[in-house]
Amino acid sequence: MEIAILDYGASNIYSLICAFKRLNVSVNVASNEIKLTNYNAIVLPGVGNFIKASSIINHIKDELLKVVNEGIPVLGICLGLQILFEKSEEGDGQGLGILKGKVVRFPKNVKAPHMGWNIIYPNGETILLSNIESKIWAYFAHSYYPLPENSEIIKGITHYGIMFPSVIEKENLFGTQFHPEKSGIIGRKILENFLYFIKR
Amino acid sequence: MSLYKRVIPCLDVDKGRVVKGKRFGDIRDVGDPLEMALKYRDEGADELIFLDITATVERRETIINVVRKIGENIDIPFTVGGGIKSIQDVHMILRSGADKISINTAAVENPKIISTLADIYGSQCVVIAIDAKKTLKTKSGYEVYTYAGKNPTGIDVLEWAKKVELLGAGEILLTSIDKDGTKEGYDLNLIKMITANANIPVIASGGAGKLNDFYLVLKHANADAVLAASIFHYNEISILEVKKYLFEKGINVRLP
Repeated sequence: MEIAILDYGASNIYSLICAFKRLNVSVNVASNEIKLTNYNAIVLPGVGNFIKASSIINHIKDELLKVVNEGIPVLGICLGLQILFEKSEEGDGQGLGILKGKVVRFPKNVKAPHMGWNIIYPNGETILLSNIESKIWAYFAHSYYPLPENSEIIKGITHYGIMFPSVIEKENLFGTQFHPEKSGIIGRKILENFLYFIKR
Repeated sequence: MSLYKRVIPCLDVDKGRVVKGKRFGDIRDVGDPLEMALKYRDEGADELIFLDITATVERRETIINVVRKIGENIDIPFTVGGGIKSIQDVHMILRSGADKISINTAAVENPKIISTLADIYGSQCVVIAIDAKKTLKTKSGYEVYTYAGKNPTGIDVLEWAKKVELLGAGEILLTSIDKDGTKEGYDLNLIKMITANANIPVIASGGAGKLNDFYLVLKHANADAVLAASIFHYNEISILEVKKYLFEKGINVRLP
């Protein structure tokens, strides 16, 4: 099995690479020339700014759409999840629009960035959060979160001043607003669940 | 609802080893960065902070090696600070697995670097370390120091805190130079003054000695996170003890 982590500049991809390596998965860092449909799964990593990310990622939009249509599993992490939506309040620039909805900022009365550990409450049947018996703690670092048009794809919810979607799942598309690669044992389990889905 | 309060051990790194004296004084070797990081993670540390205090020409290479090793093995967030001067330094550190960088002197000397870094990497990556010392010279009664507490800048701590937030800092690491290494407890007045005026998280640093010190600064000075070094390094108090104590006192913390 081979996974591609898309490199779009500002992201901290090293910890993500290491997280998959600790799970004995071979990962490739993909830039825009590479044919993404050759991989078993694509991961969109997560730190940076929506405007910058969207300008880079739009170069490979067609290739990514092909990946999605072929049913290849995609995991978006933090900004990597947000970029799957149409647009963001963070600024101008188009998201990939693979998921309908937009990315919004936390209301003024809560401290942003939302930075630290918080709890995820599963919402309906989920793949990423399956087989976790304990409280689901995960690490967040973000000021924006996605609001999908279709609330049925929200599979995890987190409370921070308001309730916001922290896990998204739709067929072969997966997204976490938190960082599984930084969420200790629970994060490892969530990545394992994604790998399990790839191998299914 | 506010966020869970964080407990953060700080590891001062000199030539690839964790050291501790008083931060602003003489230095003793206390261990290997990775071994200590793993131990703290297992005890329930929410994050780790590494401050590079190496003063040699090979410093950058040394700290990058440490950061890479931590990044390969540690699955909780960590911040790296100390001697960061340029965007290039930041890039190298984040590329090596760190989640955030912390800057002090470089930000005071060139505040624009804060907004530049926030634009490129996002505010959540940018921690501004403020070393504060009591003074009669400034309005708030505290003055910003740079160069590891050696250089008084004449800048008012409260004004500076407001400015870094406006420029895009994601978090403030606020150290009391007066309290650092004393184990007398955090400087509650200092921390409270900043948390009352900041809309970004504030990490309280300097002075932790007993369990109740952590409680006081979280409860009464509204700190978002507590940082300590020597009491953890010398096993005087463990991170798990701190978290259990805070939990029993009704503070929201993550128990592993």
